[in-house]
This record gives sequence, C-alpha cells and structure tokens, in this order.
Amino acid sequence: MSPQILSSLITLGGLGLLFGAILAYASKIFYVKKDPRIEKINALLPQANCGGCGYPGCSNYAEAIINEGAPVTLCAPGGPDLVPQIAEILGVEAEATESMVAVVRCQGAKGVAKDKFKYEGIEDCNAAVLVQGGHKACVYGCLGFGSCVKACPFDAMAMLDNGLPTVFEDKCTGCGNCVEACPKGIMELIPRSQKVYLGCVNKDSGKEVRQVCSVGCIGCTLCAKPNITPSGKIKMQDNMPAIPPDWDDFEMAVKRCPTKSFVVRIPAEVAEEAAAPEANA
Amino acid sequence: MAKKTFVGGVHPYEGKEFTEKKAIEKLPLPQRVAIPLQQHIGAPAKALVEKGQEVKAGEKIAEASGFVSVPIHSSISGKVKGIEKVNHPVSGRGEAIVIESDGEDNWVETIRFEENYLELDSKEMLERIKDAGIAGLGGATFPTHVKLSPPPDKKIDTVILNGAECEPYLTADHRLMLEHADDIVAGLRIIMKILNVQQGIIGIEDNKPDAIEVMRKAVKDFNNIQVYVFPVKYPQGAEKQMIKAALNREVPSGGLPMDVGVVVQNVGTAKAMYEAVAYHKPLTHRVVTVTGAAVNEPKNVLVPIGTMFEDVVAFCGGMKESAGKIVMGGPMMGLAQPNLQVPVVKGTSGILILEEHEAHVPAEDPCIACGRCVEVCPMHLLPTTLQILVEHENYTEAERLHIMDCIECGSCSYICPSNRRLVQGIRLGKRKILEARRKAG
Repeated sequence: MSPQILSSLITLGGLGLLFGAILAYASKIFYVKKDPRIEKINALLPQANCGGCGYPGCSNYAEAIINEGAPVTLCAPGGPDLVPQIAEILGVEAEATESMVAVVRCQGAKGVAKDKFKYEGIEDCNAAVLVQGGHKACVYGCLGFGSCVKACPFDAMAMLDNGLPTVFEDKCTGCGNCVEACPKGIMELIPRSQKVYLGCVNKDSGKEVRQVCSVGCIGCTLCAKPNITPSGKIKMQDNMPAIPPDWDDFEMAVKRCPTKSFVVRIPAEVAEEAAAPEANA
Repeated sequence: MAKKTFVGGVHPYEGKEFTEKKAIEKLPLPQRVAIPLQQHIGAPAKALVEKGQEVKAGEKIAEASGFVSVPIHSSISGKVKGIEKVNHPVSGRGEAIVIESDGEDNWVETIRFEENYLELDSKEMLERIKDAGIAGLGGATFPTHVKLSPPPDKKIDTVILNGAECEPYLTADHRLMLEHADDIVAGLRIIMKILNVQQGIIGIEDNKPDAIEVMRKAVKDFNNIQVYVFPVKYPQGAEKQMIKAALNREVPSGGLPMDVGVVVQNVGTAKAMYEAVAYHKPLTHRVVTVTGAAVNEPKNVLVPIGTMFEDVVAFCGGMKESAGKIVMGGPMMGLAQPNLQVPVVKGTSGILILEEHEAHVPAEDPCIACGRCVEVCPMHLLPTTLQILVEHENYTEAERLHIMDCIECGSCSYICPSNRRLVQGIRLGKRKILEARRKAG
C-alpha cells in the first residue's frame, strides 16, 4: 500500500474519530430532556397530520398533550379507541368520546335548487361566494365547486354528477376540515350514532324557501307535532327542526315531511352488506 | 411641464359618449322603494319604523348602530310595508325597509336654507353631516363623518375633491360638476372648514374639458382652491393615485390618505355635504348613470334611494333583447347583478347593461409570465405572483408581498392576455387573510 493512500486513510479516519467524539460529547452536554411519553403518544396517533385537532401535525399534538395539557379527546381520526390508550399513558381517567362523521346538509342538486345567475370565475366555493354570495338562488345552498372535497385529507369525499359533494362514511374520520372549508356552513359533524339529519340549513320562511328550492326545509313544524314525533324530541329552532342525536321515532316524520328534507343515514353494517356482492362480482 | 399622473394604469374603452351630453333628469316618483339597511361600509343601520307607519320623505327611518355606521332616511313619502329581505346589489340579499308611495312626495318640514352656514362651528357641521346619513358616493360608501374625524395626531393640510370619474361609462359626477358646480365648491369649503385646512384641490381628468371650465369658473373667487387636470388613465380616480398625481405624495403601505395629510372626497359627496349643512337635507337621492349598449335611451337620472333598477331602466326606455349582463357601477369595478329587482343604494353610481356579446369573460389560459399586470398595477404589486400564491394557499408569502395593499381596480385582469382571474384570486386571498386575523384576535 502506497504511503499516500495510507496517510489519507489515517487523516480522514482520524478526523472522523475526532468529530465523532466531539458529537458524542456534545450530545451529552446539550442533552434536552424529552418526556418519553410524547414519543409513546405520537406513536399511537394516526400520523395523518390532518390538523383536525387544531395543531399543525400529530407530533405537535402529542407535545401539546404533555406540555400544554391539551385535551386527549381532540384526535378525531384516531377514533374512540385511541383516547383510553392515551389516557393510560398519562394515567388519567378517559372520558367517553363519540365518533363523529361529516354530513352534507344540502340536497339542492342541479335542477332541484335554482340558480340566480351564471357564474364565470375561479372554480372554488370561497371565490364564488365573493360574487353576490354565490350563484345559487338559495343563499344557504351548496355552490358545488368542491372546496370541501379539496380540503379532505382522507379521500373521504367526492363531487357527484348532480353538483353536490358526498361523504364516504367508512373513510371519514370526523377531522372537520370540510366544515372549515365550506363558506356556506353546510358541512357538519354529527355523532356516528345519529341516524337521521336535516339536509338543509335554510333559515328563511317557507315562502322564500319554496321560491328557490324544492327540497329545502320550509319550517312547517310538522315533524315537531306530537302525533308525528311522540317522544317530543324535535324542537323548532331558526325556522327548522333541531335534531337531537338520539332521535329514534323519526320514521313518521321522514315519511310525512312535505319537502323530503330529512336524510336517513344508512348504518355502516347495512352499507357494507349492500356493497359486498358488488365486491365479489 | 409633464402632466401630473401616477405610475401604471390602463386605458380601457371610455364609453362616456352614451350619456356625457345628457342633462340629469329626475325620475318620476316610484310606486315603491326598498331601502336596504346596509348601504355603507360598517355596521348596518337599525330600523326605527314599523309596518304600517306613515313616513315623509327625508324622515329618518333607521339609525346608525355605531360610530362607523350611518342613519338612513326615507326617499319618498308613504306607508311602511314592512322590513323584508330583498336582493342586495353588494351582498346578494339583505334586509330593507319597503315603503309604498302615497303619490304625493311630502317632505319633512325641517329642510330650509341657512344663509350663514359657513359660520357654523365645525362640530355642528360634522353633526349635520352625520345625521344626514352621508357615505362616500364614489361607490365605496365609507361613512363620511368618520373620514372627516381624523385622530388629532394626524395633521391634514389638503383636501382633494375627486372629479376624475375614471371608471368607463359613468358620467354622474361629470354632469354634477356641470350642473351643480357652486354646490360642489360650497361642499369643499365646508370640508376645509371642518378639517381646518387651507388648500383645496379639485381633480378632473382631461376628457371633461367642459367640466374643467365650469369648475375653474366656480373657484375663481377662492384663491386657496385649485382645479387640477389629469390625463385620462384608469384608475386616476382611486384615492391613492389621485394623491400621488396631485401632490406627489405616496400613501404608505397599509396606510390611509390621512397618513400623508390628505382627505379625499368625491364631488357628489361634497354636494351632499353642502345640502346637509346648509339645508339640513339628508341623503335621499343620488345621480345614477344608466348606460351601456343594451339600454334603449341611456341617461343620467336623479333617483330616490331604494328605487328598483327595474323602474330606473324603464324610465330609460327599458333594456334591449340583446342584453347580456347588468352591472352596478362601471365595467372595471362594478358588481354584476342577477336581475333588475335590485334597489339603488347610496353607492350606485351607475347601472350598466352590456350586450350579450360583451358580457362574457374568455376562458382562462396559463400565465405566460409576460409581466404586463406588473407594469400596469397602480399599487406596484405583482398580481400574477399573488394570484398563484393564493391558489397554493400560501397566504403568509402573499401577505409579505403586500397583497393587502391591492385596491382591486382590475387593471391586471383587464390587461392579462391569458384572461387570468387575477383580481378575484387576490380578493379571495385578502378575505382569507382577514378571516385568519379575526380568528387570531
């Protein structure tokens, strides 16, 4: 072996050893004590970095739980199983959480809800709403440019041909990004146990609603009547029924609603069964 | 001497020939008016009347609900039909006081001329302006009394009256200057008195030689008031561009004209102020230019506020079959309207009806980085960069590049060879940033 090669090997090797030693020493001196629980919690989080908890990402949320005492229940994508696990690490009692799911509270599809003008501009709901509050005659109605779909980090939403978005409930984690993205406040998170919701957010009088949409809630109060809803769980609020999550005797109301404004959610297991044969075929 | 102007700007088709030679005509009393509660920037007014109540023209029907707010007065006499939701030219929908005319046009008795109005102290003048419900009539409708109450640490030395009317098609201010020059000058003297200012300027574009002549004649007895003539260029009538051209002062980023010692008012607002101070007359009418190739008889019309566009356009011979678009204001900054069932508000400077073939925006193409939008931006911003940043939701960088200084004049969208929706994108970004600021508190 020539001396040149030998000397360079020794020099570089020596430098490597020296710097390695300095780094090893520095890491001891400047060691930042980090709570090991942060790592543990972070490992449990789904790592989707959806921001639904209000923190920039999963690791930030894990840090916030330990350092700022953030509530352990904020992670929607983690589901109800996650909370007791985090609580166990922290050694606290877990509160029960409800798993949430996003729903589209507008049924004003193309042809069902009227347009008041033709919009030519940036194809984004938040941009369209700058022009006269949107091109839909109903000021509460879905504009149909899919800002909610773009905001969904879980691929759980899509635009339908009828101009309305839809939520794939099996993929939806309830992070709430779509709720934030919608300028009209149409997206809402409801508990997964809730079986029926109102597919309309129009607070106007029945006369005004009828002029702009055929499926909008006209606030007729029929569903709140005792002969339709014997449990009396439906109270009118802002000219439409406020639906409690535990509304069970809804069958009659859904059937009799003159505008068919209620939407009955298909329970997950039924949906799966319905989808199963297709998957096999 | 080089002509006074600003850097940037565009030269769109002027379209003034439709109405510039037409004297202001008074609209016959409308059957019914719908006077929106939100006609100005700031908090909406609070209704003072009830259904069934009789009101006279000039009666206060809604009061200001804060400092940055103005009261509203009935523009006709009749019976209040109710407070209803109607189409709103700016927000799309809003509450309005609907009044059915009694066909008589009875006015309140308080309107009378006061000979010595200029001897009033400035507090009293300001109070009268506030009570008259005056908001900037150029179109932005910022409450005038707020503009005239600068904080004491801002020294104002110049008042500029804006008669540029750079927006194509509109001739309402032009006609006002021709027909009411003395009222406008009296209004300017009132503003100067209120602000204790020695220098008054009236700025006019050189496409209105007759107005320049008339205004020069009207101010010849006052050596502290001058008429400045600017070359035609859009947006010469924007506040900051006006100040730059007239005084070579630049309003700092994020600042207001008062930061450089200037208050700018529209000529129509000055006339309204004169009437408020000298006659106790509230703002109930305004001049509207009804124009465009799809209007049968384009006119300048004095309209009671709250009149439906429908009635005003009918007075101008109605619109042609070929109409394709209704715009409130001019083509550059005006707001498109869905139909004619929209009331005239304090900010309605014009009703422009375009032909179908003029109405559409061509499809958008990719940016070719030609830089024309940068050249014409009167605020010296980078419109294309800002729009792309907004598209990518990079609001932090957009804010660093002064997106909030955009005056939304539309010069960039006008000049863009790729028809990019630059102003709309920038407006969206500004709105998102404001939303985030509100949330952050």
